[in-house]
Amino acid sequence: MKRKFINEAVIEFLSCSSNESFARSAAACFAAQMDPTLNEVEDIKTSVSEAVTNAIVHAYPESLGKVSLRMRIYPDSVLEVMVKDRGRGIQDVQQARQPMFTTGGEERSGMGFTIMESFMDRLSVRSTPGKGTTVVMRKRIAPRVKK
Amino acid sequence: MEIRETAADRNLLLEFLGDLDHHGARDALHQAERAIDAALPKRLVLDFSGVTFMDSSGIALILRTQQRMQLLDGSLMVRGVPPQARRVLDAAGISRLVTIK
Ligand SMILES: Nc1ncnc2c1ncn2[C@@H]1O[C@H](COP(=O)(O)OP(=O)(O)O)[C@@H](O)[C@H]1O
Ligand SMILES: [Mg+2]
Repeated sequence: MKRKFINEAVIEFLSCSSNESFARSAAACFAAQMDPTLNEVEDIKTSVSEAVTNAIVHAYPESLGKVSLRMRIYPDSVLEVMVKDRGRGIQDVQQARQPMFTTGGEERSGMGFTIMESFMDRLSVRSTPGKGTTVVMRKRIAPRVKK
Repeated sequence: MEIRETAADRNLLLEFLGDLDHHGARDALHQAERAIDAALPKRLVLDFSGVTFMDSSGIALILRTQQRMQLLDGSLMVRGVPPQARRVLDAAGISRLVTIK
């Protein structure tokens, strides 16, 4: 059974590198209503930065394309972030998720997926070569006792 | 992203100010490499106290500068790493490969 989300925001932007900071700030602003700790906000910003950077760098290497960022809140304080592109796609997702694997040359470290995995509770990556990539991350924001 | 360079006695200090994401790291990497090639330091210090955000692009920058210092038979130290950047380095296991103070 699919659970219903209780809030949603969708943003679409071009794959310019200046939108990396825009995207992670937007995600942090949306998540603010869940009353996250500073560490949780940083985890979300870092993971969104990794996923959006991948769309900018790898999905559209020679051109500008559209990237969409969808954020949802589910009951029990679960934040879901989806980053989607219609770029070149990934041939072998399992290999791409290995630490240190990169096709990006000296400017990349191959640690993006590793960081998303360690900073969020769940990471799923679906990709079709030539069609695009969808990354979905989930994180439970532990409720804090209100004073 | 802004980098301040201070070179003296084959010691090179690079202070990073701003967001070390892909957008910022691209130019930062090239500037750091130029500064290393000009100073040919024995000791390189990367000061991250002014880094307001870092993702895996910062890891690539640290690893590339470390390779360059190994070619020069010199040492690399990273200092002043803020908590968010520190957790990125730890998640990637970089703290084991590079001297961080
Ligand atoms: N959105 C994407 N579109 C196409 N390829 C991707 C995408 N995201 C990741 N990849 C592929 O997966 C590899 C690993 O990604 P990542 O772990 O973030 O490391 P890095 O970005 O440093 O290469 C990339 O080098 C690239 O080949
Ligand atoms: Mg990446």
